[in-house]
Amino acid sequence: MRTTTPSEDFIRGIWRENPVLIQMLGLCPALAVTNTVKNALAMSAATFFVLCCSSVLISSVKRFIPKEVRISSYILVIATFVTLADMMLQAYAPVQHKELGAFIALIVVNCMILGRQEAFSSRNTVYRSLLDAVGTGIGFTIALIMMGGFREILGIGTFFDIPLFGPNFEPWVVMVLPAGGFLTLGFIILAMGVFEERKKAREAHGEAP
Amino acid sequence: MNDQTLFSIFFSAMVVNNFTLAMFLGLCPFMGVSARVETALRMGLANIFVLVLTSLSAWVLNTYILETAPYLRIISFIIVVASLVQIVEMVVKKIAPVLFRQLGIFLPLMTTNCAIFGLAIFQTNRGYDFLQGIVFAIGAGLGLTLALVLMASIRETSELSDIPAIAKGTGLTLIIAGSLSLAFMGFAGLL
Repeated sequence: MRTTTPSEDFIRGIWRENPVLIQMLGLCPALAVTNTVKNALAMSAATFFVLCCSSVLISSVKRFIPKEVRISSYILVIATFVTLADMMLQAYAPVQHKELGAFIALIVVNCMILGRQEAFSSRNTVYRSLLDAVGTGIGFTIALIMMGGFREILGIGTFFDIPLFGPNFEPWVVMVLPAGGFLTLGFIILAMGVFEERKKAREAHGEAP
Repeated sequence: MNDQTLFSIFFSAMVVNNFTLAMFLGLCPFMGVSARVETALRMGLANIFVLVLTSLSAWVLNTYILETAPYLRIISFIIVVASLVQIVEMVVKKIAPVLFRQLGIFLPLMTTNCAIFGLAIFQTNRGYDFLQGIVFAIGAGLGLTLALVLMASIRETSELSDIPAIAKGTGLTLIIAGSLSLAFMGFAGLL
């Protein structure tokens, strides 16, 4: 049963199995709300909260959930925590809540969260599920901030509302528009493909000198 | 209440604010089943069907039940979507087994399709009434179908062309989606 160590559970989600960049899960929020770093951060914080809470709860009650209705039960747990996150954001960060709009509610249908419950929390201990959730959440945050950073720097010329280029910078407006989201993610994935190819080529070269 | 005309709701949902290309909803089927035009079209049509039913149920919930308990909105919508997909699956299996086989795995996957859930949420936020909701759902569904079919036809064509090995796969799909989205921005000034 135990094939991985706890530290592997934690590290895995951050890069090697990054939910957005490698597994292509949770793309809707990754593209829709990453036009500025601030929005990306608010979105990842809300998702992180929902992911960790539902992982802990589901892994601790997993033996009471009948196998036939497990997906619906997971969805219900996730929906409860999303409602909590929605209300907390509304209370403590009303500006961000307004900017993100319906996309906070849409965390419910983020396949990444349901995927982690089905693949990991439903068959592992609370401690390991929490590690896994934190790792995956960090990976999600890294991907979102990367996207948000690229798009905000190129599209508005600021990073976290701090102007970077002075008054003569002509903003590349398309990057903050929907098309820019697709293009940014496309280019990030292409760049990762290039690195992967080089690594493979190096390894092949090293093995057969 | 919302006083947009029916036509503007329909047109806005279909092209100007296309669910997939402008609002990033329903990306999983957009990436997953857009390899063949035929499957893309069937997926789109199934989506229209479920979208209209969702819009109907969301309106019933909003008008008669959620007035008194707005904080239950997310939970009740997701239950409605999940059970609706289940019911549609059973009905289709019973009365049209051929169609059921053609749709295959796409029917049950609709539960986690953000376009369906998003429609219910947007409809609520904008305060559409019964007729407006139905028109909104049909427009959104046609928009999804349009995006899926366009994407699938481009991908079918690009299969035969000479692309660098690194670019094949998701990266290319995303860049194509980006260009499509750019093209759809041309509709932005229409309404």
